Amino acid sequence: MDVIVGGGVVGLSIAWRLARAGRPVTVVDPAPGRGASYAAAGMLAPVSEVTYTEVPLLRLGVASLRRWPGFAAELADDAGLEPGGLDLRSDGTLDVAFGADDMAVLDEMAAYLDKLGLPVERLTGRECRRLEPMLAPSVRGGLLAPGDAWVDPRRVTAALLAALERRAVPVVRERAAGLLHDGDGAVVGVRLETGGELRAERVVLAAGAWSTELAGVPVRPVKGQIMRLRSPQPLLGRCVRGAVHGASVYLVPRGDGELVVGATQEEMGFDTRVTAGGLYELLRDARELVPGVTELEVSDVVAGLRPGTPDNLPLIGPSGTQGLVYATGHHRGGVLLAPLTTAVLMGEESELAALCAPGRFRDFS
Amino acid sequence: MDDLIIAGEKFSSRLIMGTGGAPSLEVLDQALVASGTELTTVAMRRLDPASRGSVLDVLRRRGIKVLPNTAGCFTAGEAVLTARLAREALETNWVKLEVIADERTLLPDPIETFDAAERLVADGFVVLPYIGDDPALARRLEQAGCAAVMPLGAPIGSGLGIRNPHNIELIVEAASVPVILDAGIGTASDAALAMELGCDAVLLATAVTRAQRPDLMATAMKEAVVAGRLARQAGRIPRRRYAEASSPMTP
Repeated sequence: MDVIVGGGVVGLSIAWRLARAGRPVTVVDPAPGRGASYAAAGMLAPVSEVTYTEVPLLRLGVASLRRWPGFAAELADDAGLEPGGLDLRSDGTLDVAFGADDMAVLDEMAAYLDKLGLPVERLTGRECRRLEPMLAPSVRGGLLAPGDAWVDPRRVTAALLAALERRAVPVVRERAAGLLHDGDGAVVGVRLETGGELRAERVVLAAGAWSTELAGVPVRPVKGQIMRLRSPQPLLGRCVRGAVHGASVYLVPRGDGELVVGATQEEMGFDTRVTAGGLYELLRDARELVPGVTELEVSDVVAGLRPGTPDNLPLIGPSGTQGLVYATGHHRGGVLLAPLTTAVLMGEESELAALCAPGRFRDFS
Repeated sequence: MDDLIIAGEKFSSRLIMGTGGAPSLEVLDQALVASGTELTTVAMRRLDPASRGSVLDVLRRRGIKVLPNTAGCFTAGEAVLTARLAREALETNWVKLEVIADERTLLPDPIETFDAAERLVADGFVVLPYIGDDPALARRLEQAGCAAVMPLGAPIGSGLGIRNPHNIELIVEAASVPVILDAGIGTASDAALAMELGCDAVLLATAVTRAQRPDLMATAMKEAVVAGRLARQAGRIPRRRYAEASSPMTP
């Protein structure tokens, strides 16, 4: 049996793939779907989020985005949902700029993406506002990444849990307190907080920021505060992002009128307090982009912990310890990279697997 | 190159780095190593010094001295509080004092900065204040007991270089504490110019962390600071309107 430690979008996706392949599997998590996946906005936006030093991350993201439509369709079917039940949408990301400085940044980004062979469109301010009439009139121009998509992570984890239940996969709602080792140091199971044990042929560590409490992985919590607003009618048709005072803010619309505004990035350890300053900055910046947001109802504010690695790439694959496999360290990309993560673990992506190989950090600590 | 001495502490590198804007810790780590820096500022706001695996761990592992800064503070009160929290958490009484006047320009507020500097010096801190390129304020802060002064070349993150080299020269002439050019550096020639003007060190972050190749730009900055320092010590030739033959025209 395989034991998956961590019931976020990554751990549940792995459990689901293994169960579909006929493997006996158990998930351990005190509150499945309530960690970083619960806070996440669900942007599947590898193109609009690229930076100069992160081409490997872009490659992973593009490969995983390609897998998302099939993943979502199969999951919806397996969970007994209507097609489209995960609110997966692919109308692109619109990155907007206000002043001349921000326009220059967009120009540079467009040139860079063009060099990488990724299709983006440069738009004038008026073209941006024709696409998104609620944008502030002060928008000078934008960059549309037409292939970028997004999904509702809360619906995804709920669907994964439903699909696992239909396949009779046990989800143990307890915290894993430690790993069980045999005399040779191999991992042979998981010790539960209440004292119980789960024996396993293979333990998959997918505990996000908490992975570091179970194994010596270079993963740290990166706090993100995020806000959910609600309106009767959707305010936007696609993901909108922009830099305000140098800080990047994004707005992700859902079909049901929810609008997600995110997110701060803070190095605060295991702290999930929502702060006045965090919310203030999100709202201030969101209002610069879309003045109408101030009329919306605040439906949810939450802080989650992204599992950050030193190079922002995930750790997927054999840990170096017999019986222990890593699927953690997805940082800001857990939702995007979940389909690719399962594929890597199933041996379907050998070339990209090398980029995520945990062995790259052996000399790091 | 001769050592940089701040508050009695010696540094063989005259390049002080900031950590803001790095896309990942690994990129930051490589850039810091390439820069050869021995002193690096870290913003204490939204950072838990006790958490593992953070930017502080990168600095500790590389043996780089941490200079906590009060970035994000708008009042002297906040800055003093942030400095005290940093002293407690990091066991250093050094602080880069930064009190911002507004979010659009991020220019330093001279009145709040001076107020905070006085209070921090009285509380036993080694204070390195970030200020505008104002010779009078630099002088007053030195008299108030600051261990260095850090005038800007241009606004933070702007990469506009040194907009008023004359004022930087005036600050250097009058100062008997180290003058550290802080903010505005865009590329290597800006850093070299700061040193040629007589600054004792250069502090920069964005120019490296947001460059297309941060490690390469860090190396360029390191070399530029050395080149600028050596040129300053060598003494440049006077500028002339017409040519002067470097070898005799006639035997």
